[in-house]
Amino acid sequence: MQRASAAMLPDGRRMHLHHGPIDLIVETFGGDQKAAYRRAAARFETVLDELVSELTELRRQADAGRRFRGAVAARMQKAIAPFAREFITPMAAVAGAVADEILGAMLDGGEFSKAYVNNGGDTAFHLTEGETIRAAVANDHPAGIAIDAGQPWRGVATSGWRGRSHSLGIADSVSVVAANAARADAAATMIANRVDLPANPKIERLPACALSPDSDLGERLVTTGVASLDETEITEALDNGLRYADILVSKGLIGGAILILDGQLRMTQAGQSLFHTEGEMTHA
Amino acid sequence: MSAPADIVENQTRPEKIRCDACPVMCYIAEGRTGACDRYANDNGRIVRCDPLTILDKRIAEGGPIKPFLKSEWDGILFNDEEVAVTAVGAGTTYPDYKPAPFIVSRAVEGADFVTVVSEAIFSYCGVKVKIDTDRHLGAEGAIVRAEGEAVGLVITSEYGSQMLSLGGVDHLTGGSKAEGRATCKAMMDLCNKLPVELSIDDGSTVIVQAGRPPIVDGKEEVRMRVGCGSATIGMFASQWKGLVDEVVIVDDHITGVVSEHQAGKVIGWPDTGVKILGRRSTPGRYFQVAEPGLGWGGTNIEDPLTILGPWNAKKGAWPGLTLLMVSTTGEQYEYYVLDDDLIPQRKPLPDTLAPSVKLIEENCEPSLCTVLFMGGAGGSLRSGVTRNPVRLTRSVHDHATTITCGGADAYVWPGGGITIMVDVMDTPDNAFGYVPTPALVAPIEFTMRREEYQSLGGHTDAARSLADVLEKGGEYGDDFRAVGKQRR
Repeated sequence: MQRASAAMLPDGRRMHLHHGPIDLIVETFGGDQKAAYRRAAARFETVLDELVSELTELRRQADAGRRFRGAVAARMQKAIAPFAREFITPMAAVAGAVADEILGAMLDGGEFSKAYVNNGGDTAFHLTEGETIRAAVANDHPAGIAIDAGQPWRGVATSGWRGRSHSLGIADSVSVVAANAARADAAATMIANRVDLPANPKIERLPACALSPDSDLGERLVTTGVASLDETEITEALDNGLRYADILVSKGLIGGAILILDGQLRMTQAGQSLFHTEGEMTHA
Repeated sequence: MSAPADIVENQTRPEKIRCDACPVMCYIAEGRTGACDRYANDNGRIVRCDPLTILDKRIAEGGPIKPFLKSEWDGILFNDEEVAVTAVGAGTTYPDYKPAPFIVSRAVEGADFVTVVSEAIFSYCGVKVKIDTDRHLGAEGAIVRAEGEAVGLVITSEYGSQMLSLGGVDHLTGGSKAEGRATCKAMMDLCNKLPVELSIDDGSTVIVQAGRPPIVDGKEEVRMRVGCGSATIGMFASQWKGLVDEVVIVDDHITGVVSEHQAGKVIGWPDTGVKILGRRSTPGRYFQVAEPGLGWGGTNIEDPLTILGPWNAKKGAWPGLTLLMVSTTGEQYEYYVLDDDLIPQRKPLPDTLAPSVKLIEENCEPSLCTVLFMGGAGGSLRSGVTRNPVRLTRSVHDHATTITCGGADAYVWPGGGITIMVDVMDTPDNAFGYVPTPALVAPIEFTMRREEYQSLGGHTDAARSLADVLEKGGEYGDDFRAVGKQRR
């Protein structure tokens, strides 16, 4: 069976960690990069096995009383706790939690001005005074995120139905800024689920287990297709998500969110200073 | 967990199978990928989807996708003639394009990292569709729609075929989001040899599938016409001589009349007093006998007698004159005899004439839809090949570098840039993907001699031997898939 692997990308700056469904791109600035990458790779080696050992439980509906052995699983459990009254499983935070865990291990033992661990778009980062992290939201509506050290946010995550994991909603993408990547991941999943038009026949849905037999979403209907929506429908779906996102902001659970559907874009009031939409980030 | 599906269901083909490539050990449903998007269940077998496809010309046509894990590799070194490393899978995964590992590693100017659901690649591409039918599908310039969205237009027709031009950057990214998505989906499905329903404004609805007959307004087209009505007269006049007194070939372009046509005159065909209600071009050749449509010979004619005027006795018509009317595909035909008032009366086709009608039918080739992918590789893509992009363009135009698309030969348009066309029937199945920009993802390979590559300023330090690629795979993985060279 395949083992965890670590390799430098061709640019010689960033490292790629890969094991099964996990792909991480990591980078550090202003410190002993080699040592940091060694620590990250060493920690990464057992992450997937730890998760798999508790996978059955991690795929079940959140339960505040449950305790997990693994550090990553514990991060997942903590990240989803505020949402536990609704349907959510710890898996909603798995990508972010892995990023947080590896970032922690990488920074433990060195001084760095800036660092990040990007897990398939869900990213944990470290900033020191004067440093800013910039993220590009890769979408057909290019947007950017900029966070400086003075702000309390150290995680970014994006969710949408076309992504690698299934969504109950129809958002093209929901990008969330939060205190860490695991919380951002869980919140992005929950907000993306709300960007929806319940019972609208333009949306094709299938039971998650028909697509992925062991999906944590079980029989729940996930989005598999969205026919052309009119402006009113797009606005309604985005507003459904935005109302929920604004509540998460007011509770202090996230810093802000940017929601994109069919060329329309919304952001939470509080997020205006975090997001910008000027400038093409892609080219043909 | 309960008993694994592969044990319980090993008597029949399991609907889901368990992948043991990594510790997650996903159950994967038929036609789907596991959590990693790297391994898929293809017909009950686990196959690797990325990052490289090896095209093995020795594998029989339509051969199954072959799992080609290093551990299973028999160690045989491939002859260069038999194997081509293709780009299929280099940037896409089967069955869906979800290239997170590729995208997150892409450096974007002005950003530390990319947060992504899925992402953008090419917008400059289109699809040319040739539909073998004389039926009028729509006027030149008419808008072609998929899912109600404009995705292209009807262009100038070709011999026996109607032509559509679909896609292009304006439909992909210049219109509404819905238009872009519908365009992208229609193009990708067409390129992947899947059926696509296209409706033409003020025209027909056609189901187009590469390599299959078109289905026009619910009716499957069977044959192309043998030629225009005039050409049909030219081909078969001598075979009708002596068997029938008049033959009219009904055709939307040029309706032919044997007694007036040069081909009839030269074999001494007598006048019959026939009158065609159409615009006469030259003797025995008539334009616009009816409106275009789905009836006889690509016209809107259901009753062929409607194109005939009164029969003129002074110009040779007589009671008892026999008349064969037939379409240019031989699919429609009627036989008439003039009564005492010179009115045509329908009669059964005599056995002596049946072979000639059959011959027309036999000489008609099967109607097919042909789909050519057309794309421009002029932009930043070239910098992945060489540090001096224009040299690659020149090398391609000098034939020092050949371009293939999923291993299929590509036609390179003369002139600036690298604009190619390729018959999708020559490409492996599922070779095309998409990103929600929206844009199509197509495989493209540049092949050249090492010296040529060096002289282009190529990334020679990154060049690897085929054996090395087979053994170690691409940058992002250790495996690849092999598919049979497609042959029609």
